Amino acid sequence: MSRIGIVTEHSPETRVAATPATVRQLVALGYAVSVEAGAGARSSFPDEAYLASGAEVTTRAAALGSEVVLMVNAPTDADIAALSPGATVIGLLAPAFKPELLQALADRGVTALAMDAVPRISRAQSMDVLSSMANIAGYRAVVEAAHEFGRFFTGQVTAAGKVPPAKVLVAGAGVAGLAAIGAASSLGAIVRATDPRPEVADQVKSIGGEYLKVEVAEQMQSTDGYAKATSEDYDRRAAEIYSEQAADVDIIITTALIPGRPAPKLITAADVASMRSGSVIVDMAAGQGGNVAGSVAGERIVTPNGVVILGYTDLASRLPTQASQLYGTNVVNLLKLLTPGKDGELVLDFDDVVQRSVTVAQPGEVTWPPPPVQVSAAPAPAASAGPASPAAAKPAKQPMTPVKRVLLVAVGIAALFAVNAIAPAPLPQHFTVLVLSVVVGFYVIGKVAHALHTPLMSVTNAISGIIVVGAMLQITSDVPVVQVLAAVAVLLASINIFGGFAVTRRMLAMFSRGPAAGPAPAGRSTSADRPGN
Amino acid sequence: MPETTALLTPASIAGAAYIVAALLFILSLAGLSKHETAKAGVGYGIAGMTIALIATVGVVVSDAWGDPEAMVGLGLLVAAVVVGGAIGLWRARVVEMTGMPELIALLHSFVGLAAVLVGWNGALEETGMTGALLDIHHAEVFIGVFIGAVTFTGSIVAFLKLSARMKSAPLMLPGKNALNLGALVAFVALTAWYVITPELWLLVVVTALALALGWHLVASIGGGDMPVVISMLNSYSGWAAAAAGFLLNNDLLIVTGALVGSSGAYLSYIMCKAMNRSFISVIAGGFGIAAPTSSSSAEEQGEIHEITATDAAALLRDATSVIITPGYGMAVAQAQHPVADLTAKLRERGVDVRFGIHPVAGRLPGHMNVLLAEAKVPYDIVEEMDEINDDFAGTSVVLVIGANDTVNPAAAEDPNSPIAGMPVLRVWEASDVIVFKRSMAAGYAGVANPLFTRDNAQMLFGDAKERVDDILRAL
Repeated sequence: MSRIGIVTEHSPETRVAATPATVRQLVALGYAVSVEAGAGARSSFPDEAYLASGAEVTTRAAALGSEVVLMVNAPTDADIAALSPGATVIGLLAPAFKPELLQALADRGVTALAMDAVPRISRAQSMDVLSSMANIAGYRAVVEAAHEFGRFFTGQVTAAGKVPPAKVLVAGAGVAGLAAIGAASSLGAIVRATDPRPEVADQVKSIGGEYLKVEVAEQMQSTDGYAKATSEDYDRRAAEIYSEQAADVDIIITTALIPGRPAPKLITAADVASMRSGSVIVDMAAGQGGNVAGSVAGERIVTPNGVVILGYTDLASRLPTQASQLYGTNVVNLLKLLTPGKDGELVLDFDDVVQRSVTVAQPGEVTWPPPPVQVSAAPAPAASAGPASPAAAKPAKQPMTPVKRVLLVAVGIAALFAVNAIAPAPLPQHFTVLVLSVVVGFYVIGKVAHALHTPLMSVTNAISGIIVVGAMLQITSDVPVVQVLAAVAVLLASINIFGGFAVTRRMLAMFSRGPAAGPAPAGRSTSADRPGN
Repeated sequence: MPETTALLTPASIAGAAYIVAALLFILSLAGLSKHETAKAGVGYGIAGMTIALIATVGVVVSDAWGDPEAMVGLGLLVAAVVVGGAIGLWRARVVEMTGMPELIALLHSFVGLAAVLVGWNGALEETGMTGALLDIHHAEVFIGVFIGAVTFTGSIVAFLKLSARMKSAPLMLPGKNALNLGALVAFVALTAWYVITPELWLLVVVTALALALGWHLVASIGGGDMPVVISMLNSYSGWAAAAAGFLLNNDLLIVTGALVGSSGAYLSYIMCKAMNRSFISVIAGGFGIAAPTSSSSAEEQGEIHEITATDAAALLRDATSVIITPGYGMAVAQAQHPVADLTAKLRERGVDVRFGIHPVAGRLPGHMNVLLAEAKVPYDIVEEMDEINDDFAGTSVVLVIGANDTVNPAAAEDPNSPIAGMPVLRVWEASDVIVFKRSMAAGYAGVANPLFTRDNAQMLFGDAKERVDDILRAL
């Protein structure tokens, strides 16, 4: 059984790598858990809660010396020195940007697993820290914007006048963007969103936003779930859209990032200048260069025309309780994968692409970067080979051309005419009756409510028992065989008639309307008529 | 019609009564267009049938009066009506709503058999007709027997398939289309032969031929198409009655038969459109079904997410709007009552709950509506696919219970899928989808369902009734 150590993060970090709830799950996996005293204080998790979950409260040195060390941010040099050789360290190591850290860890003889290196495949979603933190950050971005903004987000009609809803533009509809759209929309704002990947349109719509499509010839299909850099045509048209929107909206939240490159510049200084005083921009990419001209990482800027630009880089940490809980759960899910025996023994299997990708250092060697992982997040483009022959075998169903239709009707009329002209009485009368009945039937049946189709079938079944009339007329024949057969026919038809009507009545008796004054359907009112609360 | 110079004879009364009855039948069907007028509609139908029967009995009695052999017939008539009526009322009282499709199929077979017997009687009786009229009479007998026999065995097979006494997979005999067409051609030839030389053995042959054709036709249709088949058999039974009307010179039979015939045909057409399949292909025994090829995009693109009943209850507790899309699986699991309880409980808490019914959900058109009504779900929250499809995008939670192909995104997104083009309920547009399924086995049509691997879809395994009960307890 191995020991897991959880430490207090270095200031100003407020999160902690495990919460009392996740400690319970770690204990269930067979580990012994030691928590540094006060580790969860800034996330509102007192030591007593950890004790109650089955952990031990210890010193920092003891926690760092455990076989498995869980951290949020990367360890400092002092921390690395306190690690035991052969231990495993798990945290947000930013392997692409900190090669010297990886080397130091390798030299210390520890195995380093980077939570931010989890590949973006469906199977690993439960371990994806970037997504869970982005989700929180997107939500918090809206809260910060609302904090700075001087008006309501929601529209209202009050006795003191009508309040229009705020207009929000979210640039980028990834995890953070979608979270922001959802939060702003549930606060009642009108939300619009842009994203270079057209397949997100449905996601945006489902969470309450309007997708603004950039119309260019080239469409981007993402193969690894991330957006790539865009073409010049696209950039020009997108810039136009941003300028139009900047002049119109009150709040802009930008979330555009490209892995391994600086953040794209989306909002220019001119766009910012065209915004009204009191507008708010939250640049979530400020830490990677920023999407907005004039944003400063970690700071709140006010432009000369009164626009507030927030460049905070610690949005997720501002909800430490939530962020710690989600981060801790991601870590637990990774440990579940690494502890197949549920016996507190950590096992690394490099055949598993997820485990290989997160391992960035091993004793004595740096194992970053891992072999690339192919992910098909998008459906295969329709133009590719494959649907060649099966699609050809199923030609589009063309509605009957007018000529064909007229021809069909003409043939029918001719046939009817011929029969009626040639046939001896009483056939023509019968045919007349038949044709008229078919027409009446068509019109009457066409109006039947879908919900009543089963009672309809049982009623028509009962009515088709009318064959009993024919059998009855034959039952007085002087041929005994005929009488017997007719009697049998009468019996069968009577079953239909009585049974059919009875079962129809039974079914119809079951259909009832809801109570007239039912509970008002929640959540269907528009933002304009939602009462202020 | 017998010539008569007196007014108000039984025959003329009967004739007048028949027109009234026909009108009442038309009003009866019209009444079913809305819930509010439906019960009155059934009343009209019963009235029409009663009038028709009384008038006919009147004619029969007046014809039979004084003739001992005919009086025997009268006694048989009364006995048959009483016995038949008793059986019918008993079955109607006892049948479960989940057994409705089988019952309807069985009842269709009775009409078919009755039509065959009436046709045979037409052949066995002396009509005193000559010349062209006699030829036409022979043809009518033949046609009536043919349609009746096809209806009879076809309905029996449908009954067996629906009650799971026969496997639902279609019987794919080699050259089955040739067999069906061949049977039709033989029928036409035999009709011509019979008209020329009316030998009884020809009638026997055509009866056997029609019985075989009916059996083969329906056996070749897969279980998934049963709703269409039942409506078609409903239609055939109508045409059988109409044919008997031609045979017996009875306009009421023709009118009523045509009403029923066009009703069934129209219902079948609607259902085929709802499945985006060709009408001809379904009734010709799956003519257009290509062997389902597993296309490359049928491989699972991700993993399924499992959920427990407690977590599902938590999702429902936080939901603002819920849509439930039931399928036949819900009926099989007898889960409609717990589902109705769940609906009531959620509505009490102010959650907006509605049902989305796909046109071909269930084994009979409108079957799901009846099952929900039986469980006392108010019909104003039960909506059709067209009414509710756009609302999925704004819904918090969708519960997919016992439905598979009707919520399959492959129909909308994958052109190679066997169900491509079929309009489906777009449940994946909601925030969360919970799929109730016994296990990961394929659905009725055997098509893989990419809904299960979507990010917002969770699987709740186990018997639907038990799971819904678990959720109710957790709430």
